[in-house]
Amino acid sequence: MECVFGLVGDGFALVVADSSAVHSILVHKSNEDKIMVLDSHKLLGASGEGGDRAQFTEYIQKNVALYQFRNGIPLTTAAAANFTRGELATALRKNPYAVNILLAGYDKDIGPSLYYIDYIASLHKIEKGAFGYGSYFSLAMMDRHYHSGMTVEEAVDLVDKCIMEIRSRLVVAPPNFVIKIVDKDGAREYAWRESIKDTTGAPTS
Amino acid sequence: MARYDRAITVFSPDGHLFQVEYALEAVRKGNAAVGVRGTDTIVLGVEKKSTAKLQDSRTVRKIVNLDDHIALACAGLKADARVLINRARIECQSHRLTVEDPVTVEYITRYIAGLQQKYTQSGGVRPFGLSTLIVGFDPYTGVPSLYQTDPSGTFSAWKANATGRNSNSMREFLEKNYKETSGQETVKLAIRALLEVVESGGKNIEIAVMTREHGLRQLDEAEIDAIVAEIEAEKAAAEAAKKAPPKDT
Repeated sequence: MECVFGLVGDGFALVVADSSAVHSILVHKSNEDKIMVLDSHKLLGASGEGGDRAQFTEYIQKNVALYQFRNGIPLTTAAAANFTRGELATALRKNPYAVNILLAGYDKDIGPSLYYIDYIASLHKIEKGAFGYGSYFSLAMMDRHYHSGMTVEEAVDLVDKCIMEIRSRLVVAPPNFVIKIVDKDGAREYAWRESIKDTTGAPTS
Repeated sequence: MARYDRAITVFSPDGHLFQVEYALEAVRKGNAAVGVRGTDTIVLGVEKKSTAKLQDSRTVRKIVNLDDHIALACAGLKADARVLINRARIECQSHRLTVEDPVTVEYITRYIAGLQQKYTQSGGVRPFGLSTLIVGFDPYTGVPSLYQTDPSGTFSAWKANATGRNSNSMREFLEKNYKETSGQETVKLAIRALLEVVESGGKNIEIAVMTREHGLRQLDEAEIDAIVAEIEAEKAAAEAAKKAPPKDT
């Protein structure tokens, strides 16, 4: 029931993910952040097996950091995507990671880009993409309303339309979503879309 | 004695490990390097031997980042340094991956020293021919530290230290003139120590300053020249004051 989707706009890329951490029929928490900030200008939205997701994305993040220290310059988005795909491919016939990834990044001379990497290590450079059951609805919405060169407002509006579709049409729709953006100023959290707030603190007796 | 420096694993009858001592000789021939710890700033400086005209000096970086909050300068065999620095960088990231915490300066120093020691107790390998000066801020308390390692694998913390060529003169100077400094004063102290043994001028010195907020910053030639000029002016003023005796006796 995990939903991750993303799109490329004018000088930026958005990645949206649900924030439920689920085990069988139990929702552990509804504010799990599944979009990792890989480095200053890259986002890695991942969905899949809980342990694999955290393990694999952290491993990629540390290797991207190591590259930067070794070489003095950061990896390009394309290079990071290919490295990630390579790691998935190497593990595939031994110990596959059950993780689907949308990698978004901003490079100074290329602009924003989005890569689709699924758990059997396919790699595609795309303008819009989605994973999970939610993809049936978000891809349909994006096919209808997406055009290249959208502004941030238009793109977030489209994202909200997708989230609305998922919430209303998916039988076990996740209640909360996080939206992250990457542009020339870097990768950062943009907004949360919450319909259930995690209650913290003991109930008053 | 010639028989006892073949394989590193052999002690000489009077308890020396000659290969390690020869490695220390190699360090003594390397370029001068100095490190000074201030209250909020740590400075590393190395002597830059004159670069060949056709060489791209940007590719010869002697002060390097191991992580966002740790830097290293070394004296000795540069090729050995490359290998050691690579291993240290991997360890920094590996530590972050396994315990989700950045390394402390002491941890990575202990790791590097451990690596250097391993190569003094293995068959068929020679020790790393370099001593390192490792600086950084503790990731949580923000306390600055300066450590030194040498080819034998020993390490210890210092307020200020020097290694490489003429390190004894620099260390003497630092012992005489060290006091708790911060900010620009720490930079000046490091440069003054280096100037004891190196030809003055921004062309012959490489200086990097590490602060908690901004990490490691390499000073460019113009900045170094400016500070050197300040130091020379201060020296000249001190000389003049000494020569002119006070009027009222």
